[in-house]
Amino acid sequence: MKHRTFFWFFAPTAAAMLLFIAFPIVSVVLQSFFVPHEAVLIESENCGPFGCTQSTMVDQAATEALREEKPLGRFAGLSIYADRGHLAFAEVAEAWRTSESFGAFFKELGDLPFYRAMGFTLTYTFVCTPLLIMLGFAIAVAVNSLHRRLKGLMIFFSLLPMIVTPLIGSLILFWMIDSRGVLGQLIAYIADDPSLSLKASTPLMWVSLIVYGIWSSAPFAFVVFYAGLQTVPQDTLESAQIDGATRWQQIRYVVIPHLAPLVTFVALIQLMDNFRVLEPIIGFQAEAHAQSLSSFIISDLSGETQQLSSAATTSVLTIIGVAILLSPVLVRTWREFRGGAH
Amino acid sequence: MFLKKIAMAGVVSLLGSTAFAGGHGCAIDARVSIVGNEFPAIQTVGAGATECTGAEVSKNLTADHQKINLAGMQGNPAEYTSAIVANSSIVALMNDDVIRPLDDLVAKHGQDLKKNQLITINGKVMAVAFMANAQHLVYRADILEKAGVEAPKTYEDMLAAAEKIRSMGLMENPVGGAYKAGWNLAQEFNNMYLGHGGSFFEAGSATPSINNEQGVATLNMMKALSEYMNPDFLTHDSNATNAEYRAGNVALMNMWGSRAATLTDAEGVSQEVKDGMAIAGPMTVGGGDQAASTLWWDGWTVAKNVSDAEAEATFIAMTHAIRPAILEDGEVAKQAVWLIDGYSPTDAAVGVFAAAQMNTTPYPMLPYMGLMHTALGAELADFMQGKESAEQALADVEAAYTAAAKEKGFL
Repeated sequence: MKHRTFFWFFAPTAAAMLLFIAFPIVSVVLQSFFVPHEAVLIESENCGPFGCTQSTMVDQAATEALREEKPLGRFAGLSIYADRGHLAFAEVAEAWRTSESFGAFFKELGDLPFYRAMGFTLTYTFVCTPLLIMLGFAIAVAVNSLHRRLKGLMIFFSLLPMIVTPLIGSLILFWMIDSRGVLGQLIAYIADDPSLSLKASTPLMWVSLIVYGIWSSAPFAFVVFYAGLQTVPQDTLESAQIDGATRWQQIRYVVIPHLAPLVTFVALIQLMDNFRVLEPIIGFQAEAHAQSLSSFIISDLSGETQQLSSAATTSVLTIIGVAILLSPVLVRTWREFRGGAH
Repeated sequence: MFLKKIAMAGVVSLLGSTAFAGGHGCAIDARVSIVGNEFPAIQTVGAGATECTGAEVSKNLTADHQKINLAGMQGNPAEYTSAIVANSSIVALMNDDVIRPLDDLVAKHGQDLKKNQLITINGKVMAVAFMANAQHLVYRADILEKAGVEAPKTYEDMLAAAEKIRSMGLMENPVGGAYKAGWNLAQEFNNMYLGHGGSFFEAGSATPSINNEQGVATLNMMKALSEYMNPDFLTHDSNATNAEYRAGNVALMNMWGSRAATLTDAEGVSQEVKDGMAIAGPMTVGGGDQAASTLWWDGWTVAKNVSDAEAEATFIAMTHAIRPAILEDGEVAKQAVWLIDGYSPTDAAVGVFAAAQMNTTPYPMLPYMGLMHTALGAELADFMQGKESAEQALADVEAAYTAAAKEKGFL
């Protein structure tokens, strides 16, 4: 394609990407460097149905003047990144100085919101992703070997967890694992401990969240792998059969190598998705046990007082986190691209 | 010609005055758009405003109102011409200067409003309150009678009663509480902390001061109560707590007045639970005489970034929605402790009235209280799960609050 033709062909996409991806990111990054002006507080007398009290309020005229002068607010540089709600440099250094052992250090670290959220998010990401790829692959192979007439039905049922809205799906599971729910009662019965509650225990809650994560995302891996299975060269499979390969050997030496690029693709998408885990935390009402960067953004934006700068900072950290997670894959793709160019 | 005009004007004004005298007429000539919470009393107010004719009245009543009201009023012109708020949530609107003083409109159209309905901040009317609310004791009289205990007046009595009920095998987890990590848990801390005589900030400043004896005593009492709650208590908000009560699993709980009246109206509630339900005032704690609860009002505001015509229409429609005549409907009268002229308390209102008589502290309307509430909600769950000490949890709250308050320019 001529450069000129390519340019006009690509221009609408580029414009949309600029508008909907690049500009919002620039705006979020900018927001994370600025904080609201110092509040000008004045004494006030507040009266209402319960009598009058002396209180404090924001002086609107003075604040308005400050805003007129500098509409972006105060420049804070990286100070929001460094504060306790985010990377907490001072607190981490303090913990490092004062803790006697690594165990104590990590306990202190777990008390800081960002690191606690990272603890859960990374566990969730690295447990869910491989397991859901395996499960998705297993379902794909199983469905693929079914009779033609059964396939359609099974594909529909296998896709259900993905079709169900994440919040609804997690709510259904949440009710089932309630200490009075079907699964909750069953687990208490099996463990022979009537007071056992999944929702009251952090490890069990993590397990529930991870199980939900695998359940809801496996269909995605399944669809991709199932599509890939349709392209497996029949000649190679047949020659493997003639050579006396067992079913497992056929999968191991013919199917899996053929699907390897798809595994990279699914892993890429799922690492990204799982790192931004949010719906199950909300649906399972697991805020006491598990937090993620996305749930921090939600609570910053929906609290009694909105904290836009804090939410922006967490968003930038999420982008950086996703970039770090994807870097091995991206580097490899880049190398392959370069290799191909030579 | 001139005479004709005068005659016309006379007819129009006559029509107008009869319409208003009838109490049904509500004519507006500009857009009204309301955002607010969704509990029954607010539904009534929203429906009342839509009775007005002459221009469009739209309402968006949702539990997520607080996530959208500020954004919906910051634009110019604002999407919402009125936000229904409480004494906690008006602060966010005040901080960002999106609501207007109502003094001129009160003088013009507010003849039916009582003086104590007017929320005055620094001498200006900023909101019109229509109902009061508080958390107070809701209990099962039949269970307490079986256990041979009186309705508790203090949290210590509540613990003793709970122990008795459990040891007699009447109920496994007799105490209910909206202890869901986040807003609810923080609110229970607020109640108990005020009951212990604590104050959230150093006098006259935004510096936090909760890591003290009262704070520790507060957390210890909350922990002691949680031992008698359903083990899932950190996931129970008011709705889930009420569900436990309706299912007959709870005998004692601290519950919102606005939910008490309709508590047992749901389908499938056993007759035993319906008959046994009783309401009393808020409890005290730690030998103090201050009720461990907070007083709340719900009221409406008018947006700043709308035309004067829209503001006036909004004021007329909202005043119409809370006119004294709405109390003639018995169902409506029961929905809340109305601050409207002519309200006489129903049986469901005794808890909130007791709270008011005990001089319960109103929820603090400080610009930085919201940040404190958020910090409490985020950091106390660890203590409740026994993962850290009370002192550590309170230090964490202060640290989290300080970081947020610095960002917002309060410190």
